[in-house]
Amino acid sequence: MSDSRQGSRFRTYTEIVELVETLGKGVVEQHASDVDDKARFPEEAFAAFKEARLLSAMVPQSLGGDGLNIKQLCKLCEILGQYCASTAMVYAMHQIQVACLVNHALTSSYFQQYLADLVEHQYLLASATTELGIGGDLRSSICGLELEGDNFKLVKQAPVISYALNADAILVTCRANTDAAASDQVHVLVKTKKCEFEQIAGWDTLGFRGTCSSGYTLTAAGHVEQVIPAPFATILSKSMHPVSHVLWGSLWTGLAASAVKKARQAVRHAYRKNPDMPPVTSLRLSEVDELLFSMRGGLYQSIEEYQGLLDGDCDDAFTNFGFSIRTNNVKLRCSEMVVDIVGKALMIVGIMGYKNDSPVSLSRHIRDAYGAALMVNNDRIRGHNATMQIAMRDS
Amino acid sequence: MYQDKLRELLSKHGKLSVDAHGLETESDLYEAGLTSLTTVNLMLAIEDEFDVEFSDSMLSRKTFQSIGALCDALEELLD
Ligand SMILES: Cc1cc2nc3c(=O)[nH]c(=O)nc-3n(C[C@H](O)[C@H](O)[C@H](O)COP(=O)(O)OP(=O)(O)OC[C@H]3O[C@@H](n4cnc5c(N)ncnc54)[C@H](O)[C@@H]3O)c2cc1C
Repeated sequence: MSDSRQGSRFRTYTEIVELVETLGKGVVEQHASDVDDKARFPEEAFAAFKEARLLSAMVPQSLGGDGLNIKQLCKLCEILGQYCASTAMVYAMHQIQVACLVNHALTSSYFQQYLADLVEHQYLLASATTELGIGGDLRSSICGLELEGDNFKLVKQAPVISYALNADAILVTCRANTDAAASDQVHVLVKTKKCEFEQIAGWDTLGFRGTCSSGYTLTAAGHVEQVIPAPFATILSKSMHPVSHVLWGSLWTGLAASAVKKARQAVRHAYRKNPDMPPVTSLRLSEVDELLFSMRGGLYQSIEEYQGLLDGDCDDAFTNFGFSIRTNNVKLRCSEMVVDIVGKALMIVGIMGYKNDSPVSLSRHIRDAYGAALMVNNDRIRGHNATMQIAMRDS
Repeated sequence: MYQDKLRELLSKHGKLSVDAHGLETESDLYEAGLTSLTTVNLMLAIEDEFDVEFSDSMLSRKTFQSIGALCDALEELLD
């Protein structure tokens, strides 16, 4: 079977959610600790995802995928975030790349075929936007396509590329050609089999260790048909920027929810031991649950707005300042609230949460949570918002 | 009819890499170097000059894409 059909019908979204829940509770959670300890790629989880054809969840049904929309993908990331934030982050980053292709590359027969192949072989896609000398500023590149006839060569100094060595292809931002301006960018798909990787930085980090985000000098070659047929500015405003913020926000919400769940277990445990006196920690639990409620509320509102705009097919709306600010707000709030929530959960769980070897350890949650604000530094994002806020009249 | 004034404001606030007076009506201002910060400065200057207020829904790339687009926006605001 070369697509996601079971017999004569496509599997339903509900079936996919159940499948992801099962895999989350199973293979993902089982290996989460080891993935974190060894800072290694979550290979068992991804073998299972490929087997379950989850890497093509967002590819249109006409090409053999499940045709899920962003709102549905967000739910899957939220579920996975509860079990292993690194695994969820790799899954989310892959889907961001798929979204860029689905929204901007389907006018090209090359990319139609590529997505059909992705469905068949369950290719994993990575991303290289960050560049030495530029950092997280997505709208500038130093490297450019070295064109020779219909072929190109590309060398990018990339200080962070998550799971580069486990990916089948990488979507790279670069200048349209070596003479182009820094902001005249394209988004090009390069196949890892045809790339050379010279490692320039390792990935022994506090958290998100399983994303294996080492740095490389990436040397790639290919054919110009591998360039997505849309300006990168459009890909960024309509897809990469909003999709990454809502998918990241979703998995961070899953991470926060999982910490609150551990806090809840601790409160129940205390209450069972001493049923006459409601523990102080139950008040703390109510408080942290309110925070989770707000985090989720803001996230869901943002997902609804974005999904609505996509369904409404109004391209101008994606560059609207208000929409950009709200899309940034969801990243800023979720990435900071996740730290607050897991910290408060630790206060409730207490010493057992502080231990690395306890079943209610929150060590990985806390370490992962602190990475969220750094994935494109919040101050950089706030800086963009600060500029746009000057022009806005209302919130 | 506001083009001359707009070009003047653009050259003062747009920080473009080219001379605003030499741009075609439909030239892409972002390709000419307009950024989000200079967009905001330009907007504030237009508001002061013509005593208008841009509504939040107008604050998108399309409004500031070219001198022609800016003229259309301004005419709408002055109506
Ligand atoms: C887990 C993880 C996985 C990642 N995976 C990938 C990947 O697969 N591919 C990829 O390309 N990148 C990846 N990144 C890199 C990430 O996207 C950012 O590019 C990187 O974290 C650097 O961000 P930065 O330049 O915004 O901030 P930093 O390098 O952290 O910035 C340093 C300081 O400069 C300040 N600063 C810099 N510029 C500005 C500005 N204009 N306004 C205000 N303040 C500013 C920041 O606030 C900060 O204080 C990953 C990062 C993480 C944490």
